[in-house]
Amino acid sequence: MSIKGRGYIVGAYEHPTRKAPDKSVSQLHAECAKGALEDAGLKKSDIDGYICAGDAPGMGPINMLDYMNLKVGYFDSTDVGGSSYIAHVAHATQAIAMGKATCVLITLAGRPRSEGQATGTAARPGNPAIADSPWETHFAPVTANVYAMVAARHMYEYGTTSEQLAWIKVAASHHAQWNENAMLRNVVTVEDVVNSPMVSDPLHRLDCCVISDGGGALIVASPEIARSLKRPLVKVMGAGEAPKGQFGGNVDLTFSGGAWTGPRAFAEAGIRPSDIKYASIYDSFTITVLQQIEDMGFCERGQGGRFVSDGNLISGVGKLPFNTDGGGLCNNHPANRGGITKVIEAVRQLRGEAHPKVQVPNCDLALAHGTGGLIGSRHGSATLIMERE
Amino acid sequence: MADRIIPSPVQSPESEPFYAAAKEGKFMIRRCKDCHKPHWYPRSLCPFCFGETDWEAASGDGIIYSYSPMRRAGYTIAYVTLKEGPTMMTNIIDADVDKLACGQAVKLKWTVTEDGTPVPTFTPA
Repeated sequence: MSIKGRGYIVGAYEHPTRKAPDKSVSQLHAECAKGALEDAGLKKSDIDGYICAGDAPGMGPINMLDYMNLKVGYFDSTDVGGSSYIAHVAHATQAIAMGKATCVLITLAGRPRSEGQATGTAARPGNPAIADSPWETHFAPVTANVYAMVAARHMYEYGTTSEQLAWIKVAASHHAQWNENAMLRNVVTVEDVVNSPMVSDPLHRLDCCVISDGGGALIVASPEIARSLKRPLVKVMGAGEAPKGQFGGNVDLTFSGGAWTGPRAFAEAGIRPSDIKYASIYDSFTITVLQQIEDMGFCERGQGGRFVSDGNLISGVGKLPFNTDGGGLCNNHPANRGGITKVIEAVRQLRGEAHPKVQVPNCDLALAHGTGGLIGSRHGSATLIMERE
Repeated sequence: MADRIIPSPVQSPESEPFYAAAKEGKFMIRRCKDCHKPHWYPRSLCPFCFGETDWEAASGDGIIYSYSPMRRAGYTIAYVTLKEGPTMMTNIIDADVDKLACGQAVKLKWTVTEDGTPVPTFTPA
């Protein structure tokens, strides 16, 4: 049994805001839901399943379902950080395949920018109920330095350089210049990145993603509903999800959970990495992209630095166009969780609705991959492969 | 780089014996009584086989697996691989951060925190 072909992404919406001090988080969720319904050509009453993650205010899906006044027969609130929404598409498709729902809404929203969160560098309070906290929290593992340890180890093992990592940001900025909603639209150079202030060695400020308010929504529907709508058909082909931690002390920072989720997704879809025309790769930091490109099998392990160099990720220039919306590095990282925007831009590409300057010709197979949590300590990973039918 | 003051650790029933031993200068890890593998961070059930585990003294010798200085915040996060095998998260202290490297030998140097609890930090050997 497989989810291949059992669900279609019929609605996709990215909220245009990047700073929303005058809106509530619940309101942003609902606005995204409305946008996705309009994109799909569906009514609110068509929704019979709902999935959200920890960014949704309240207890799991309950408060948001009440706020939006949705009656559903299926819900899920799997929270694996920024990778949640990619896994949610697979979960929605499973529910549809099992006859539990026909039309599943997924929403994300948050306001870390308005709330002034120092997302990457602020030490977090200890929590004795979390098993690792009595051993780690006082050492101040924050987002930036835990990802930086992954980069430092990659450099040590494989000779990866800061200039190679910088090419990832350069490619994202080339794409973001065409996105009128992107938070950072200036094209930057390798020199700009490596000369930007060091945040946590070896990651510079321009190796880090933006902190933005906003949100997004997706609607996954049954094949019957998808074919009744007027939108291009984006079919779910395969998916994988996995956690990765410290293995009881056998820490290995040379790969992420993507090393398991990628092969599972490709096997389910029945395709190879070289078949992918466009990839949305989670870009919390440049190193996140580099490691996941290796994990997905787009290049050999350790060769990510060479692979991303010289514009190889720039649409129209390189072999693997990535994050053509500008990604988290330049466009948007709503709620500090980038998974949903990864799927949304993949849907745009498959529909042929990306900006003309970055649209991949004949884009029939796309991948979205994300991580949630910290790839240097413990995280979730999720991969999704989609096809234009 | 100004050194960040390390706060006292939060405690759980599984961590209290470790920090009690630390106050006597003893650095303890846990090893499985069934599969005999050591692990980190310490757990009552072995993360490899769910066997019962027990404390044992460790050397405090290790090498840096990876690290990252946050210069403005004044501290260096690191993973140190202990001579006994497991790799643990820690801070590197009393070091010239520009001379640190993956693979470098380090040794345990306790940092006593505000409430008197020592936490296991490391310094170049």
